Order: sequence, then structure tokens, then C-alpha cells
Amino acid sequence: MSTAARTSRLRELVRKPFFWGLIAILALLLLNVLKDPNYLAVTVNPANGHLVGNLVDILRASAPILMIAVGMSLVIATGGIDLSVGSVMAVSGAVSMVFMKEAGQSGSLGVALGAIGLSLLVSALLGAVNGVLVAYVRLQPFISTLIMMLAGRGIAKVITEGQNTSASNDAFRWVANGFVVGLPVVFLIAIAIVVIVGLVVRRSALGLMIEAIGINPKASRMAGIRPSGLLLTVYILSGVLAGIAGIMSVGTVMTVDVSRTGYQMELDAILAVVIGGTSLAGGKFSIGGAVVGGLLIATLDKTVVFLGISSSATPAFKAIVIVVLCLLQSERVRSWFVQRRKPPKVRPEPRPVPTKEEVPV
Amino acid sequence: MTIVQPPRTEAPAEASALSKISARIKRVIASNPSVLPTVAAIVIFVGMVIYGEVAYGRILQYNTLSNLLINNAHLIILAVAMTFVILTGGIDLSVGAVIALSSVAGVMLANAGWHPLLVIVMMILIGTAMGLVSGVLIQFFNVQPFIATLAMMFLGRGLASLLSTRPERLDEESPLRWLGEQFKVIDGEKVNDLVVTPGVIIALLVVLGAFFVLHRTRTGRTVYAIGGSENSSALMGLAVPRTKVLVYVISGTLSGIAAVVYTSRLGIAQNITGIGWELDAIAATVIGGTLLTGGYGYVLGSVIGALVLGLMNVLITRDGGIPPEMTTIITGGILLVFVLLQRAVISKRHT
Repeated sequence: MSTAARTSRLRELVRKPFFWGLIAILALLLLNVLKDPNYLAVTVNPANGHLVGNLVDILRASAPILMIAVGMSLVIATGGIDLSVGSVMAVSGAVSMVFMKEAGQSGSLGVALGAIGLSLLVSALLGAVNGVLVAYVRLQPFISTLIMMLAGRGIAKVITEGQNTSASNDAFRWVANGFVVGLPVVFLIAIAIVVIVGLVVRRSALGLMIEAIGINPKASRMAGIRPSGLLLTVYILSGVLAGIAGIMSVGTVMTVDVSRTGYQMELDAILAVVIGGTSLAGGKFSIGGAVVGGLLIATLDKTVVFLGISSSATPAFKAIVIVVLCLLQSERVRSWFVQRRKPPKVRPEPRPVPTKEEVPV
Repeated sequence: MTIVQPPRTEAPAEASALSKISARIKRVIASNPSVLPTVAAIVIFVGMVIYGEVAYGRILQYNTLSNLLINNAHLIILAVAMTFVILTGGIDLSVGAVIALSSVAGVMLANAGWHPLLVIVMMILIGTAMGLVSGVLIQFFNVQPFIATLAMMFLGRGLASLLSTRPERLDEESPLRWLGEQFKVIDGEKVNDLVVTPGVIIALLVVLGAFFVLHRTRTGRTVYAIGGSENSSALMGLAVPRTKVLVYVISGTLSGIAAVVYTSRLGIAQNITGIGWELDAIAATVIGGTLLTGGYGYVLGSVIGALVLGLMNVLITRDGGIPPEMTTIITGGILLVFVLLQRAVISKRHT
């Protein structure tokens, strides 16, 4: 009985769209272990009690990707797309760095909170512009967020006057580099936000409403959902999450590089969502899938560097992952596998005996 | 009396000719509102030229205009490529990365002593191959165009980085550079010459070819039909699968050609060449009046769109007061205006 329950649970897991993403993470880790048997070792730094190891690094690197991937999965569920997250990250980073620089190089908590609050406000504003363009002006999400992507990069450059800006603030730095109970703070924050967002959308009807918009906006309106307000909320949420991701990524080095911070992160986020098994057509989302996707991308990034390949070549490996996953999900490839199994099932009547023998084979 | 007479008779004639033209334009727009964004793009382009001439001077002269063409030849080719794809309702994000891969590979082959013609053919074929892969993924494996071409973008960029991460310099004596050489057509005073490069001529040939294919062949009509409704065109018996793959092959091939034109002009290829050009090409196409949902648009409009973007850069550098950081904001603003215009046109058509 217990084994039957376990196999059914296993079968359920295999059916989950992000199953292949999990397999890919394990395969990458295995590859690293083959290169260096001690890759997975996690040790405790005796001086400060922090956990040290490659796995911890991967968790830390995955935090910003998790943030934008969760926002992106909600946007994609409404049938839209948000190309502006990378630029919003840059704007948020620029705002917080310039704020702290102007406030003087004090390490006070108040300045750090002010910087975080202001940059999240600006990110929410940019998200709201996207949302208004999509929900009220009825522009295509692709083009309105593309405009924001172009403009956002420019806004970040205007804020910092085109310079890479750095500041120092211990409280702000702690967000990106600190440790709590041995784990990196960024990862804990990211997981906490993911859990909160997941609970809010899945424990209330919000998630269903978002999916309803993606399936059929007209029908959802007739069913009593107000798509415009909900769309606006989703885009604002995506902006805020991108802002948090921006704070996380500039916090590690305490410098904002306006042309590189968040650069092409929108593609990573979309990739994470697709790995999680969410169709870009909308109408469905899986927060768990987005998390798996984000972790896979972080693992891939670290693996490529660990194997000694130039990090600028990482995109080629991402491309291979996308193509393989898309092929696994495509009807045609699935039908190849199904056809191989089908014939015995189709005609069980005339020759029952050989089919029974064929099944185990 | 007799002296005043000629201007008097001439003025009404001129006015009537003008009104005739404007009436004709109005009639064309009324019969086919989708022309409106393209007409608006032309108006904006002319307006920018006039504004630039009045505000900064030295715009309406041979060397500025020929430089505009020379510096944007690759963008024009890319905009044409993007027009094909967007007309079917798809998108091709891989054009910039294809240029990076193709030009890095091309320069390395040329420096390794390959025959220049062979190098050019290889560069174009790299683009064709990338386009073919996207097309097959999209048509036969039902991958969304956005994702499939995103994968090709990653692949192209990554392969280019694997080949080299340093700027690859084309040999000074390489015959490939001939394509970027400037030939005087009209010798003006001082440096005010009308010059063309073989690259510009290639770009113009590409535009003419694309115009012919889209408006005068069965394939072109199928491209428009797919953008209108893929299901209907399949039910009508049009060759939808073949044309959809073909569109991405065309886009890849044209990207390869753009790589040849760009590399021969600059003489340097790098793995980061062409970052963001897919967005420039999309912007040029949208400004030129092609609907992102497909089915409506003109290849000549995309050319105008590319020139609008190029001229904007010229004006910004001429002005000097606008910080270069503002460029992308202005591009975004122009794009927004044009998309809103399209939006208005569509809603007009539906009511």
C-alpha cells in the first residue's frame, strides 16, 4: 500500500511540468561532482558560523532570479509579458545607490531603509505605467513593456548621470551579503517573498482570477472579474519584485553599473518561467515551477563558470536547455514516444497474449 | 496687368495640384486606414529633416544624407527582415546575435586566408542556418516564436563568445573591405559629396527584392494571409507551413547579409556586436506602420522607420545639449507615439 502510494506520488511528480527542470538541476550538479568530487560539500566557517560552499553560492545567486521569475509567471499567466524587469532592476539599483550617496556615507539603518523604500516606490511606479498601458490603453504587453525596457535603461542612466555609482552602507550591504542562521539573507528574503506571494495567490481566488484573464479576458469580465484593475496590480507587483531583485543585485557589490545591472535578466526570468512548464500563451502559472526554473538558471550560470568556460558563453548553454525543454514539451515529440507505446494498447482484443508480454518489455 | 497675370494663374493651379494630391492621399487612407501609420512615419521623417535643417543646418545635403544611408544600411536590412517575420504575426529576437556570430566567424575565416567570396557565402549561410532552426522549431515543434528565436539569440551570442571574446580585426588589405569603401557619385564642393558604398547598394537591392516578393508574388500574399489569420489561410489551401519556415529563413539570411555589410564597413567584429539591434529593428518596423499582430504593414515603411531612428541619432549628436543617455528614452517615446497611433487606427477600423 505504502509503495503504491509512493509510486503514485512519484508518477504525479513526473507529470509535473517542472519535473524536467529538477532533473536538469540534478544533472548539472552531477556534472560538477564529476569534475570535483567535493563540489557539494558545505562547511561551516568556524569564525562566524556561516555556511560556505558552492550550493550556498548557488542559492545566493538565485535570489534575484527567483524574484523576477515569480513576477513574470504572474504576468505571463494573464497572457502578457514583462520585458522591462531588467531595466527596472537597473533603475531601482540606481535610485538606491544615488540616494545613499547623497545621504552621505553613513551606515545608518534609516538611510538604508529610505533607499530601499524609495527604489521600491519608483519600481512600483514604472510597473504601474506598464499596467496602465496594458490594462487601460490596451496596448500589447510586448510592446508596452518593450518601451519601458528601452526607456528604463535611459532613466537609470539619467539618474546616475551615466556613471557607475557606488555607495557604502553596512545595513544595505547586509541585505545582500549577510547571513542568518548560517544561510544567506538574500535567499531567505527571496524564499519568504515567494511563499507570501504563493500563499496570497493560491489561498485566495486571486490566482484563479489571474488565470481567468489569461484564458479569456472577455469571459472573465462577464464572470464578474475586473480585468483592468487586476492587470494593473499584476504589473505593479512585477515592477516591485524587479525592484527588490535590483536591490539584491546591486547590494552584493554596492555599485550600480547602469548598462550591466539587470542586463538581459528579463530573458532569464522568461526562461525560468518556461522551464517551470508555464506556457507563454497564458492562463496558467506555477510558482513552484518558476522557483525550479530560477534555481536551474542559477545552477547553470555557476556550472559554466565552474567548468572554466568563459561566462559570456553561458547563453549558448541556456539555448540548449530551452531547446531541449521545448522539444520535450512539444506535442510532436511526445507523440513519437506515445506512438511507440500505443499499438499494443490500440488492439488488445485480437491478440491479448503478446500484448501482455510486450508491456513489460 | 500682364506682368501680374502669370503668378495669378499659376497660384491656383499649384493649389489645385496640392489639393489633388492631398485629396488622393485622403482617399487612399480612407480606403485603407492601415496606410496611416506609414504615412505618419513619412511625415515625421520629413518633419525631422526640416527641423534639423532649420535648427542645426547641414542636414539636407549630400554628405549627411549619404552618411545616413551608409551608417544605417545594416539596420535597413534588419528592418526588412523583421518586417517579413512580424507580418506573419511572429517575432525574431535572434537577428542581433546572428550578426555577432556571423561577423565574428566571418572575420576569423577571412583572416585565416579563406577566399573572400567563400567567406561572404559562409557568413550568409550561418544566418540561413540559424533562421532555419528557428523556423523548424516554430512550425514543426509548436514552440512560440518568441521562445524559439530567444533560444537562437542565446545560441548565437554564446557561440560567438566561444569563438572569441576579443575584438577581431579584419585584415587591412582584406578584399572584404571593398564592400565598405566609399565611391563618389556626385562630387560636391569641399566634402559635400554624394557617396555610396557597395553595402548601401546591397541594402537597396534587399529592399527592392523584399518589395517585389511581398507585393508581387504568391509567397508574399501568403505571408500577409498568415498574419491575417493562420487558420483561414491553411483552410484556403495556402502553403502555410512552408511559408512560415521560409519567413524565418529569410530573416536569418538577411541578418547574415547585414553582418557582411556591417563588418565590411567597420572592419571589426566582436561577440558583443549587435546587442539590442533586434529591438532597433522591431522599433523601425513598428514605426514604419507594421502591426505587431501581423497582417498589415509595408516594407518601405520599415525602411523609413530605420531612417527615422538613424536621423534621430544624427540630430541628437548635432544638438549636443541632449545627453546621450536620453537616446533610449526618446526612442521609447517615439515608439509609444506610433503604437498609440496604430491603436487609434485599429479601433477606428473596428467601429
